Amino acid sequence: MTASTAPTTTPRVTYDYVTRAIARTLGNPTRGYFLLLGAAVALLTVGIVCLLFLLRYGLGLAGYSHPVYWAVYITCFVFWVGIAHSGTLISAILFLFRSGWRTAVYRTAEAMTVFAVMTAGLFPLIHIGRQWYFYWLIPYPNERGLWPNFKSPLIWDEFAIGTYFTVSTVFLIMGLIPDIAAVRDLATGWRRKLYQVTSIGWRGTNEQWRHYTRGYLYLAALATPLVLSVHSVVSWDFAMAIVPGWHATLFAPYFVAGAIYSGVAMVITLLVPIRRLFHLEELITVHHFENLAKLCLLTGMIVGYAYATEYFVAWFGGNPNERAAFWNRAFGPFWWASWTMIICNGFLPQLLWFKKIRTNITSLFVLSIFVNIGMWFERFVIIVVSLAGEPFDKFNNAGYNPTWADWGIMAGSFGWFFMWFLLFVKNFPAVSISEVKEVLPPPKRRAA
Amino acid sequence: MTLPRMLQGIFHPAPTPGVLGVFGHLDSTVTAIRQLKAGPYGELTVYSPIPRHELEDALDQPVSPVRMWTLVGGIAGCSIGAWLTLYMSYDWPMVVGGKPVGSIPPYVIIMFEMTILFGALTTILGIIFNALFARRRQGVLAYDDRFSNDKFGIFVPCAPDHAGAVEAVLMGAGAEEVRRA
Repeated sequence: MTASTAPTTTPRVTYDYVTRAIARTLGNPTRGYFLLLGAAVALLTVGIVCLLFLLRYGLGLAGYSHPVYWAVYITCFVFWVGIAHSGTLISAILFLFRSGWRTAVYRTAEAMTVFAVMTAGLFPLIHIGRQWYFYWLIPYPNERGLWPNFKSPLIWDEFAIGTYFTVSTVFLIMGLIPDIAAVRDLATGWRRKLYQVTSIGWRGTNEQWRHYTRGYLYLAALATPLVLSVHSVVSWDFAMAIVPGWHATLFAPYFVAGAIYSGVAMVITLLVPIRRLFHLEELITVHHFENLAKLCLLTGMIVGYAYATEYFVAWFGGNPNERAAFWNRAFGPFWWASWTMIICNGFLPQLLWFKKIRTNITSLFVLSIFVNIGMWFERFVIIVVSLAGEPFDKFNNAGYNPTWADWGIMAGSFGWFFMWFLLFVKNFPAVSISEVKEVLPPPKRRAA
Repeated sequence: MTLPRMLQGIFHPAPTPGVLGVFGHLDSTVTAIRQLKAGPYGELTVYSPIPRHELEDALDQPVSPVRMWTLVGGIAGCSIGAWLTLYMSYDWPMVVGGKPVGSIPPYVIIMFEMTILFGALTTILGIIFNALFARRRQGVLAYDDRFSNDKFGIFVPCAPDHAGAVEAVLMGAGAEEVRRA
C-alpha cells in the first residue's frame, strides 16, 4: 500500500483560487470559531486554577507516593513532545521525499509541532514543584562552580527539546513568509500593516527564491535527523535507568514511531474541524486524509509490534523482575490503563486497512481521538505503572492514583495548546499558499 | 522637515528606472527571459508566486551560497558542543557512573544537537543576509501586488531611452501589461 496518487485538488483550483480561499480564512471570526476558542480558554482556566492550588499546597496535591515520583506531569510532557513529531515528519521528511500531498496539510502540522513543544515545555516546570527555582534547569555553573552533568539523559533532553523548539519555530516562520506576502497583497487596513512587517519585504524575486529554496532544503535536511533524535533522547530518559519496563534498547525506535503515530492522529483531529470551519474542502481533500490514515496505520503497526516485542522479551529474557513488571502491567492494579493503550493503539488502527474507513472523515476523526487517548495511556503505563510495580521496592509501594489536580492541569494543557493553535489559524495562513500552488499545473499559453 | 539627503538615500531611496512586464503565463515569462538574456538586458529581476524550475533554468543563476552558511554553522555548532562538554567536565573533574571524566559517547548527543541548532540558525541568517544584499544591490524595483498571487513579472532596469526596446521584447513574448518605472 503506497501513498495514493489520485489528484490532490479539483480542476477548478487555480493559483488565484488558492490565494483567495486561504486568505478568506483570515477574515472575521465566526460563531463556531469563538465557541472553539471559548472551550479552549475554559479548559486553560481549569488548568490554571489547579496549578495555583498546586503552587499553594505543594506537590502533595499531585498524589505522589514512593516509588511513584514521575507521574501525570511527565506523562503529559512525553505525550506533547510526541505530538510534536509528526509536524516535522510531514513538513521536513516528506518534503525531502517530494510528497506532493503534504503541501495542503503541512502548515497545520508544523504549527501543531511548535505549540505542542510549547505545551510540553510547561510540564518539567510544573513537575519540579518549586517553580521559582526553574532556572536550576538551565545548564549554568552554580555558585560552587559546578557544571551540569553531560552524562545525564536529562541534560541531553534539555538540549534536544531546546534545539527542536528553535528549529521547528524557524522552520514554521520560514515557510510562512511567502504566504504572508501573498495575503499582505490582498489585505487592507491593520492586517495589511501587520503582514507588511511580518513578511519582511518578501516580493518573490528570483534572488529571494534562489536563497529561500536552497535554505529551506537545508533546514529540512537538518530537521530530519533532529526529529528522529529528539524522541530517541526522550526515550533514553527512561531507558538509561534500570527500572524494569524502562531499561530496553528498543525504546528509541519505539518512542519515535509512537510519537509520529500520535502526532499524525492529532493532525487529523485538528484538520477535520479546521477544514469544515474554514470551508477548505477543495484544498484539503479526502485524498489527504487517506494518506494521513496510511501513515497512521504504518506507525501504528510499528507501535503494536513494539508492544508485542516488549512482552515477548520480558517472558523470553527470563529476568524475574522484568517478567513481574510486565505481569503487573497487564494484570496489576493499572490493568485498565494497559488494556486501554493496547486496544486503542494496537487493535483499533487495524480498521484503517479498510478503504471505507480511511476515506470516511467522521470515522477518521473518531479513530484519531482514540489514538490520542491510547497514546496518552501508553506514556502513563510506561512511566507510572513501571514505577508503581517496581519489584525492588515492592514493600514500599503505595497506592498511587492521579488526583483532581493532575487531571485539571492535564486538561489545562489541552486548552493551552488549542488556544494557541486557534489564534494561529485565524491570523496566519493555516494552509501553505505557495506550496499548494507548486503542485498545481502552472498557467501556460501553450498546452504541454 | 525633510530628512538629510544621506538618510533619505537609506530610508527612501529613489526607484530604479526600468520597465516592468506582467505575465499571466509561465511559458511566456520564460520566453521573455531567454530573449532578454540573449540581448543587452541580461540584468533583470523576475517575480513569481512560487519557485519554478523553468524560471531557474532560463535565468541560469549560480547555486545559492546559503549552503556555505549551513556548513560553517554546523561545524561551529559541533565544535562548540565538543568544547562545552569537555571543558566543563575537566573544569571540575568528577567521576560519574564510573565513566571517564571526559566521556565522548554521551557527549556526541550534545555535539549533534548543537550541530543542528547552529546549522539551522546560520541557514536562516544566510538566507536573510543574501536576500538583503541582493535587494540593496538591485535598489528599489517596481512591484505589482498580483505577483504574489497568480502573475509572473519581469523588471528590466534600463535608461528611459532604452525602455521602448525592452517594452517591445516583453510585449512580443506575451506580456499582458507593460509599464515604465
